[in-house]
Amino acid sequence: MTSDRADTLDGAAPVRVRGLVKRYGDRTAVDDIDLDVQRGEVLALLGPNGAGKTTTVEVLEGYRGRDAGEVTVLGHDPAHANGAWRSRIGIVLQSSQDNAELTVEELVRHFAAFYPAPRDPDDVIASVGLEDKRRTRTRQLSGGQRRRLDVALGVVGRPELLFLDEPTTGFDPEARRAFWELIRGLRGDGTTILLTTHYLEEAEQLADRVAVLSGGRIVGLGTPAALGGRADREATVVWEDADGRHEVRTLTPTGLVAELAQRYAGRAEPGEVPGLQVLRPTLEDVYLSLVRGSIDAETVPISSGESPDSIGEAR
Amino acid sequence: MSTATPAPAAGAGARRDPAAPSLTALAVLRTRIELKQFFRERDAVIFIFAFPVIMLAIFGSVFDEDVGGGVSFTQYFVPGIVAAGIMLSSFQSLAIGIAIERDDGTLKRLRGTPMPPAAYFLGKIGMVLVSSVLQTGVLLTAAALVFNIDLPTSPSRWVTFAWVFVLGTSAGTVLGIAFSSVPRSGRSASAVVTPIVIVLQFISGVFFVYDDLPAWMRNIAELFPLKWMAQGMRSVFLPDSYQSIEADGSWQLGLGAVVLGVWLVVGLAACLWTFRWSRRDAG
Repeated sequence: MTSDRADTLDGAAPVRVRGLVKRYGDRTAVDDIDLDVQRGEVLALLGPNGAGKTTTVEVLEGYRGRDAGEVTVLGHDPAHANGAWRSRIGIVLQSSQDNAELTVEELVRHFAAFYPAPRDPDDVIASVGLEDKRRTRTRQLSGGQRRRLDVALGVVGRPELLFLDEPTTGFDPEARRAFWELIRGLRGDGTTILLTTHYLEEAEQLADRVAVLSGGRIVGLGTPAALGGRADREATVVWEDADGRHEVRTLTPTGLVAELAQRYAGRAEPGEVPGLQVLRPTLEDVYLSLVRGSIDAETVPISSGESPDSIGEAR
Repeated sequence: MSTATPAPAAGAGARRDPAAPSLTALAVLRTRIELKQFFRERDAVIFIFAFPVIMLAIFGSVFDEDVGGGVSFTQYFVPGIVAAGIMLSSFQSLAIGIAIERDDGTLKRLRGTPMPPAAYFLGKIGMVLVSSVLQTGVLLTAAALVFNIDLPTSPSRWVTFAWVFVLGTSAGTVLGIAFSSVPRSGRSASAVVTPIVIVLQFISGVFFVYDDLPAWMRNIAELFPLKWMAQGMRSVFLPDSYQSIEADGSWQLGLGAVVLGVWLVVGLAACLWTFRWSRRDAG
């Protein structure tokens, strides 16, 4: 990023949220959230549908007001957003069907004209892999192509901070991988990215840190490895014999397997444990237990109550 | 700009101003992109351009005698259909079009960019002006060449035509933008907007000789802009002797200008206070 931007911001976190509350009628969609996104990092907001991800992001984008809390995005309160502030952020909303009659090239060029220092539209089209489709009307694009166009429109203004709301929902695995490469490239350019997703694998692949949101609260926050790693300490060893299926949770799976190997040494295939599996909790298991609230505060790797600054450094 | 933001980094607004694109340039860009989209929706284009001509042909064939004084029914209908056409290409097209754009996310996406909101509205106005001029041109050309209607030759009549056209189009445009917030969704928009337009056309003297309508109906029509646009256009396309059959014995141009002006101001105020960039039920 250019030096004048750094000067203006005095190195402050691009996104700083304290005590954010948003209610719809008597339903509390976002319930007292603290969150920081550090410069240059990719933070994934992970959570089930209705957890408050989109509401949180739309408050940060300036689309929605809030009922309580302090929110600072690129040094400004998004509730009082102006054009200059909007020129520094990029927004990729959830799935869209707008502007169906315009071509890829027309749209990217048109949106570039809104910004004071846009990226070159041709470069942007190339970077999202839509060169072959530049003269195609958007209604004729596939879901994945349409989403890449959304990203092109989100980044053509050369944003310092990019919001991506469920960018790959409905993608096939190949399209999703191509999309991840695109996001990695943007991160490589120094763009700070706040991403919402309900795909764990996506958060694991892209994010420096993951915040798990459930029922409007942050129930877990940390690096994907830390979120999964803490639970890694305990593995489940599974095997089957004449007595049926055995499942043992243990902190020392290797020792247990060695013991089992001895126990089955006298069989037709000496040392083979029938139906042996050693299962480690995936990020998904950790996530699910966080969302269900079945992990108490102590076992959450880094709880939302801790200073987010220390998390940033720990990374 | 930076005065609106109480944040410590208040310099951010001023810093980029030199490079920020001008409103004029953006308004021209918006107009061009609006026209591109408009002309690519082929069914809408055909509807807006052909509908007035078709209406003229139908009414001209159904009533093929004279209204009186050497004026055919077809000629009598020309001013009403010019006025109805302006309402179609301004009010109806924007009220439905913007409701759809609000529904499909076009507005929300634009709101997330530094594009000034005024550029969006200026683009819509530019599109309506171009499409209304073309539509009226097609209608008058067809009237003259196919239906052998004598178009006025005196410059003063064309001056009246010009101000009624501009005032009517402007009022229709701002009212269309304002009314686009009324339908709950893009899908319901044309079901909400179209009946209003059709009823207004029937009571405002577009399809019938206005002075044959019952007085109570005329009293209602007088509250709305279409009656005054149609009456203004009658003063352009009908002989002066026809003033005598107007309700008031006159074209009432002054009063018409006032009513259209009031609607223009009311529409502008409604736009400024009620315009929404996302759906009403979006929270």
